[in-house]
Amino acid sequence: MFRPKTRYVALPSPRAGIGEEVDRLTCPRCDTSLEPARLTAALGVCYRCGYHFRLRAPERIAMLVEPGSFREEDQGIIARDVLGFKDSQPYSKRIEQSRAATGANEAVIWGEAMLAGHRLVIVCLDFAFMGGSMGAATGEKITNGIERALQSRLPLLIISASGGARMQEGMLALMQLAKTSAALGRLAAAGIPYISLLTDPTMGGATASFASLGDVIIAEPGAMIGFAGARVIQQATYETLPEGFQTAEFLWVHGMIDLVVPRPELPAVLRQLLDLYTRNGIAADFELPRQAETPAPASVVPR
Amino acid sequence: MSDNGSVAAATWEQVELARHPDRPYALDYIHAIFSDFFELHGDRVFGDDHAIIGGPAALDKRTVMVIAQQKGRTTAERAMRNFGMANPEGYRKGLRLIRQAERFQFPILAFVDTSGAFPGAGAEERGIAWAIADNLVALSQARVPIVTLVIGEGGSGGALGIGVGDRLLMMEHSIYSVAMPEACASILWRDIARKVEAADALKLTAADLKRLGLVDEIVPEPPGGAHNDYGVATDAAGAALRRHLGGLEAIDIDRLVEERYQRYRKIGA
Repeated sequence: MFRPKTRYVALPSPRAGIGEEVDRLTCPRCDTSLEPARLTAALGVCYRCGYHFRLRAPERIAMLVEPGSFREEDQGIIARDVLGFKDSQPYSKRIEQSRAATGANEAVIWGEAMLAGHRLVIVCLDFAFMGGSMGAATGEKITNGIERALQSRLPLLIISASGGARMQEGMLALMQLAKTSAALGRLAAAGIPYISLLTDPTMGGATASFASLGDVIIAEPGAMIGFAGARVIQQATYETLPEGFQTAEFLWVHGMIDLVVPRPELPAVLRQLLDLYTRNGIAADFELPRQAETPAPASVVPR
Repeated sequence: MSDNGSVAAATWEQVELARHPDRPYALDYIHAIFSDFFELHGDRVFGDDHAIIGGPAALDKRTVMVIAQQKGRTTAERAMRNFGMANPEGYRKGLRLIRQAERFQFPILAFVDTSGAFPGAGAEERGIAWAIADNLVALSQARVPIVTLVIGEGGSGGALGIGVGDRLLMMEHSIYSVAMPEACASILWRDIARKVEAADALKLTAADLKRLGLVDEIVPEPPGGAHNDYGVATDAAGAALRRHLGGLEAIDIDRLVEERYQRYRKIGA
């Protein structure tokens, strides 16, 4: 096995935040019984082994922005079962259940906020809602966030935690990859900085679109990040996968991300990046330079 | 010793000074000159090359993009930095930073210090020449001011791959050559022992290149070389970079890019 099975264990109750957890919580990596108050104080990082628990989107945002500065948009955009999709249960029922279980309307929230004195747009995926999967409503909200950054000329932070495209919405879900990427292409052309924060897990269509398009890409330690899941790869190819395959650290070594940042250091790193990327101002009428004959293989942003 | 012999010996002394193991390297300059340097990693294709480093940094009231070749000081770091010889990933990371500098209007400051791009089979397989060539185009067209400073060795295409710009400065005891003297002696005479003769023939010292009109300014080093006083060397470098950058920032960008084109167009015309 290339990674411990316990890595798959999620928070016992998806509804409860790290602060609202039941009496005891066991770290899926080191098996330590954790005190909720201490775990909350440690920002959801196991104080014994450093395992980063998954966070709900509101918790994540509260951890980063200036208190009370986040104004959520598009709360009314909700997934619809356009295809009449049914697996073990109808998709429409699954949506209802997810809403009830998580208290969220969709797998993403977004809005403007203040972070270290910078106004910015934050888009935050919520893995607790159907695995952070991207359906039409999800893609719409993400794109609205990107377009707000474009229109208001504000830096953009997208925090990813997603299993990828939402199967239950078929091709409508797949096309959200194209939609979000096209919007980020415009953002890049306008010279507006986009910081992508990858958290556990960021897979499939999320990685193959918005998540990997950041001007700067940072990731939390140990986060699973990739395209095809390990099980899919093994079943398709019978390959033995290397130790640490598809972890944030693995991706750093392979040149895909800029930095692995432990959760407690995120505010300082984000402040530094926002300072650096806004100091020269955000160009009001930036035009993309003409490209060289050869397409740029290392370019972060598709043009 | 004949006159030629003593001139050659003096040139070789420059080569050895440029390669002095205690000479300040790119990160020594970067940490002395800039605040808030944030190193970016990875080419988004294959790997992260530690022989070429870079990222945004603060210089006075502005953010600049730093791109640099970095040698290692300790044995372990030398290996990690591949002796300052970059693979295609390094140049492709550089290209990523050039594009980003344009997007966010960060002037580019490049620090050149390499004996050359890495001569290896893997580098060939992954298109080292293509990676360098792409950077030459990208830098020649980048719509931001670019100042290049050679701090130690400027080795061939591997140096030029981050070294095209509006101004070329050289530290007093740095060198810049079409090929390292050893390689040149080996190519022309099939005899690496004739490196001293080759070094002299190549006209690779800062003073030679200033006479040839290729270098805009020679940045003075403390007596005996930059390794004798890092502070003096990095202060002089910082002052020269600020002065040239300030001048370039006053020039309309369309004109600047055209002047950059003409700067190279007229060499050898």
